[in-house]
Amino acid sequence: MCLAIPGKVISVGEENGIRIGRVLFGGVTQPVSLDFVPEASIGDYVMVHVGFAISRVNQEEAEKTWQTLEEMGLLAGELPEANRTAGLAERDQS
Amino acid sequence: MKYLDEYRDSQMVKRLLEKIRRTVTQHLVLMEICGGQTHTIMRYGLDELLPPQIELVHGPGCPVCVTSTSILDRAIEVAQREDVTLVSYGDMLRVPGSKTDLLSAKSRGADVRMVYSPLDALRIARQTPERKIVFLAVGFETTAPANAMAVWQAHREGLNNFFLLASHVLVPPAIRALAGSPDNRVQGFIAPGHVCTVVGCRDYEDLVQEFRMPIVVGGFEPVDLLQAIAVLVTMLEEGRAAFSNEYARSVSYRGNIEAQRILAEVFEVADQPWRGLGEIPQSGLRLKSKFAAYDANQVFALTIPEVEASSVCISAKILKGLKKPTDCSVFGHSCTPESPLGAPMVSSEGACSAYYQYRRHDLVVIQ
Ligand code: SF4
Repeated sequence: MCLAIPGKVISVGEENGIRIGRVLFGGVTQPVSLDFVPEASIGDYVMVHVGFAISRVNQEEAEKTWQTLEEMGLLAGELPEANRTAGLAERDQS
Repeated sequence: MKYLDEYRDSQMVKRLLEKIRRTVTQHLVLMEICGGQTHTIMRYGLDELLPPQIELVHGPGCPVCVTSTSILDRAIEVAQREDVTLVSYGDMLRVPGSKTDLLSAKSRGADVRMVYSPLDALRIARQTPERKIVFLAVGFETTAPANAMAVWQAHREGLNNFFLLASHVLVPPAIRALAGSPDNRVQGFIAPGHVCTVVGCRDYEDLVQEFRMPIVVGGFEPVDLLQAIAVLVTMLEEGRAAFSNEYARSVSYRGNIEAQRILAEVFEVADQPWRGLGEIPQSGLRLKSKFAAYDANQVFALTIPEVEASSVCISAKILKGLKKPTDCSVFGHSCTPESPLGAPMVSSEGACSAYYQYRRHDLVVIQ
């Protein structure tokens, strides 16, 4: 519960006045608030904690962190079931 | 050793271990604050790979583990009301309150739902305007801005069926309480990377000055942690107390300004009870009075006092670094992740759960 998960911003829009990005995690997109990272835009990788992006990271960093979290079985507490099945490679194809 | 080879940076890990081995000359007690870091240490057996002079103790950095029983008792009470839907992060539903837990309340008919994000809690509130949505919002500084944003957003949208039952804890006052306590054994702290990503480094520099004790910000991967440990060991061996940020790829000196802004807008610092550690002055956050209409404590008049949890559970001593989970008489017997007697056995980031996952087999061999 204190971890942040890397994902890739694939679109940016607004919902109910919140700046919401669709962020790809493991082949599935999730709505994520981008309010705390106003500088983030499409194609960027962000660290997401409880549905809020808290920092921007580069792609290499994002890949490495995703693999480590997966290896450690720590994605379970942070993401809904469907999002944990695919790795970062599959994510980039979608 | 069993897990090291599967880690892709194993060369780097070996180099760092070698460096630490060459530097250390004395017994050193280091504490990692964050439960995610505890998990990494256990998962990769870092504590066993390090030279025996280095003792790692596991701090109070799992929000699930330090949420007080009175908050859980309040959540369980309010969840039993006809018109209330109680939502919270997954692990919170299994943490025992003084009598029962939220999942048991759910099985007896309470409307309890799990969410991954405060955005989900808001969505439920929008979709079911006839129900009162109470969001049991726990967390450290990493999570608090997201919870704050939920309240701010509810206010902006005019949602009048969304309420926060908040239990937020702050890391620096906890370090202050631990470092300042007469039975403290910790000589250096690894500060939590994602907390610092949000709040920055200032408070930690101040703590270094206050206690003349080194503090190093660390990440969550084995290399990150060993790097932080190597820096702490070097400082302690040289007799230096300094601050260092060894997770600079995520943590900037000032932190995330936008997140800090919403925190300050919605919450104010207040005294806070911690499970196991008792009340720590100025170590929590409460809603500012202008958001009182969203405060579940006030709206539902929740006043259940703190009750001490199960007497067999030694989690208080574990969170202070005085005992290890394996020192607990019921560890792995009557207390397991399936039926936890204490909070550190619930979350995968809790020290007891991490030991259970990765160390219980070793124990059987030893016995
Ligand atoms: S093993 Fe269970 S009872 Fe013992 S300290 Fe850990 S959580 Fe408490």
